[in-house]
Amino acid sequence: MSEDHHDHKPTGIGRWLFSTNHKDIGTMYLWFSFIMLFIGGGMAMIIRAELYQPGMQLVEPDFFNQMTTLHGLIMVFGVIMPAFVGFANWLVPMMIGAPDMALPRMNNMSFWILPFAFGTLISTLFMEGSAPNFGWTFYAPLSTTYGPASTDYFIFGVHLMGISSIMGSINVIVTILNMRAPGMTLMKMPIFVWTWLITAFLLIAVMPVLAGVVTMMLTDRNFGTSFFEASGGGDPVMFQHVFWFFGHPEVYIMILPSFGIISQIIPTFARKKLFGYSSMVYATASIAILSFIVWAHHMYTVGMPLAGELFFMLATMLIAVPTGVKVFNWTATMWKGSLTFETPMLFSVAFIILFTIGGFSGLMMSITPIDFQYHDTYFIVAHFHYVLVTGALFAIFAGAYYWLPKWTGNMYDETLGKVHFWISLVSVNVLFFPMHFLGLAGMPRRIPDYALQFTDFNQMASIGAFVFGGIQLLFLFIVIKCIRGGEKATDRVWEGAEGLEFEQLPSPAPFHSFTDAPQVK
Amino acid sequence: MSVLLRTFKVLSLMFVSTELFAAAQMDLTPGVTAISQEVYELHTLILWICVIIGAGVFGVIFYSMFAHRKSKGAVAANFHDNMTVEVLWTVIPFLILIGMAIPAAKTLIKMESPADDAEVTIKITGYQWKWNYDYMHEGFSFFSNLAQSNRDVINSKNPKDREGINYLLDVDNRMVLPVGKKVRFLMTSNDVIHSWWIPAFAVKKDAIPGYINEAHTTVPKVGVYRGQCAELCGKDHGFMPIVVEVKSEADYAAWVAEKKGAAMAAAASDSKVWSQDELMAKGEAVYNASCAACHGPTGDGVPGVFPAMKGSAIATGNLAAHLDIVINGSKVNPAMAAYGAQMSDADLAAVITYERNAFGNNTGDAVQPADVKAARK
Repeated sequence: MSEDHHDHKPTGIGRWLFSTNHKDIGTMYLWFSFIMLFIGGGMAMIIRAELYQPGMQLVEPDFFNQMTTLHGLIMVFGVIMPAFVGFANWLVPMMIGAPDMALPRMNNMSFWILPFAFGTLISTLFMEGSAPNFGWTFYAPLSTTYGPASTDYFIFGVHLMGISSIMGSINVIVTILNMRAPGMTLMKMPIFVWTWLITAFLLIAVMPVLAGVVTMMLTDRNFGTSFFEASGGGDPVMFQHVFWFFGHPEVYIMILPSFGIISQIIPTFARKKLFGYSSMVYATASIAILSFIVWAHHMYTVGMPLAGELFFMLATMLIAVPTGVKVFNWTATMWKGSLTFETPMLFSVAFIILFTIGGFSGLMMSITPIDFQYHDTYFIVAHFHYVLVTGALFAIFAGAYYWLPKWTGNMYDETLGKVHFWISLVSVNVLFFPMHFLGLAGMPRRIPDYALQFTDFNQMASIGAFVFGGIQLLFLFIVIKCIRGGEKATDRVWEGAEGLEFEQLPSPAPFHSFTDAPQVK
Repeated sequence: MSVLLRTFKVLSLMFVSTELFAAAQMDLTPGVTAISQEVYELHTLILWICVIIGAGVFGVIFYSMFAHRKSKGAVAANFHDNMTVEVLWTVIPFLILIGMAIPAAKTLIKMESPADDAEVTIKITGYQWKWNYDYMHEGFSFFSNLAQSNRDVINSKNPKDREGINYLLDVDNRMVLPVGKKVRFLMTSNDVIHSWWIPAFAVKKDAIPGYINEAHTTVPKVGVYRGQCAELCGKDHGFMPIVVEVKSEADYAAWVAEKKGAAMAAAASDSKVWSQDELMAKGEAVYNASCAACHGPTGDGVPGVFPAMKGSAIATGNLAAHLDIVINGSKVNPAMAAYGAQMSDADLAAVITYERNAFGNNTGDAVQPADVKAARK
């Protein structure tokens, strides 16, 4: 019976609409994220085109603000987060030897909410008046009293995304805690599973806080409350405290799964076990715990008391310790390995180096007195793009190349993969590195036009942006080509690959895997 | 093609020499105050610590990538744990961090020290999209807008127009400070959050509605210092620069006297009767500084967002309704602020006259300061 059952796939649109299969849902998450990458990326191209030279050439200042706002929201909530949920869906059951996610119907629902959430958000562009134009951090009162009418749609969209994320993370936690194969103790789980377990707890802790803050906005805007309205006795700074209590763990939600992916890939291509497995787990957990006590480092200029500024400075600096441990462990994993540099490894090594550069600028900004100079300049723009683009996005690229053969049964085109890597690597640095200089020289962020002395570096950044944006079409081509055919992948795919998905499942992984739990020694 | 060449030139200059690249600033400014110098030194110290650690770690990675390649016959070693190094690379970074935290805390404590001994106090109020500087002990205040010379060329197709005018960094009325005196700034806002920043003083503080934030500086050098609003505050966030002119004590005193005189003259102009031409000329200036950002220099507005002036029901209809919305603001749209609190009777009379008779509006009304005064009740 199990033989017929094994690869029976539903057909037609119903396969996707009503899917309860972790692999199909994972695929949908990944495609959704990919489409959003091009929409959010298109907005970035508009931003960089306007900033190519001083003066206003292409768009109005208000539309520019709509672009920066939607670019940020789409990239954070529509690209990085769904991509990681896609990886979790595909990989967590295969890595822990489970047949599927624990709550498959909820899995379907948490995906299908997303197109509606982002449909709502993007529809604001076509409404009369302005789309949300107050930055992805939507500080009150710019987003409340002064927000455009479409802000209420934005609030509804954020609520939907939050519901989706909470359901997705409950699913991950229940799956990991209940469905591990016999013998797979917590400290034997692959690091990717560990990082996602911790990420899921972060999501459950902070998504309700985001829901709370947008609900307060909603009642301030429509029902006469004054949570954030000073003239009604409210407090605009409280908005920032509540937002960043969500927002700082959120940035680790976007990076911890990348740490997991990199920790899977480096040992494979070093042909050597991950160095310091348990310290990796403890470091990830420490970063997650610290993320709850550092939020106000985003707000050094709001006029906190000295004691507050000192506390948040010291707590933030502490994060460098576990993050350093991770970087040292990856380096030690490579040390005296037997290294090869296929595309996933190239992206992973680039991740370690470029993410660390983002970490250094983060450390510089943790120092309150000098952050007064960096705050709200292009220096912070450079910083978070180093950690989110050459960090999270590069890890997503690395993971996609690494597991595509397992997912599709076909090898991707290695030559094209390397072309994608090298052009991305050069252009992303031409794009973001000059932003450090712009910020230090005094260019504020979120401005549609700038003084003449900022021209040269802005032109460089724009050219880098056009190349980096354009080359992602090659990635789309590589993925489609790999799905449609190519050299057959072996079951193990990579010589040094370890883990249940490579050791116990064929390539492509069957529609239903591990109907009988494997034994883990 | 020339664009590519230029980019290549810029790129190569970066690697060849930073001196050749002096035209574009790449590092933080050391500034002119004692605090800004200290901030700069702290920045440099921490940057170099990062560079050295980075060089070490990346050096190991690159060496490993070069020496431990499979293609060179490298065979993987078997180690995957080492308590000693793991403890070391936890403890050493911790100690380095303590080394950074001590000087950082010292500088921070200086920056946040109270400014009760300040000799000049200026209340800075952020507005969409201009600053108000209130010299609290001298009894005058004024608005500081983007200079008209800058505003005129924002949409210009000819890049040459933007040269030589401190594009986007020039204002109509500068803040003026006395050299060498301790100055206290009190920051607040009338609408959304703004942030007042002069890099050369290392002063950046948010201007938040309902809050009064404090900062202080002592500028030891006469000169003109420029900065910009640093917190997204809406459409024209990029167009509200900050210019501070630091003058010698005598020049500062003369400037204060002149400003006090101007305040008295403004009060006098509220009680005189103006001709239509005088009102229109003054009104155009006021309109361009305060109204054109939303309603457009030609009165066209932004469809769906900011209403047009041209042919509008208010600007061509009942004068009482026009006075009401300008003086008291809009009840439905907070973007239309209550200008009664920001402008003198004469300014309001002039700008309302201008709106009713420009852009093809043709009411023929000449609104006098006395009319505004009556409408304020």
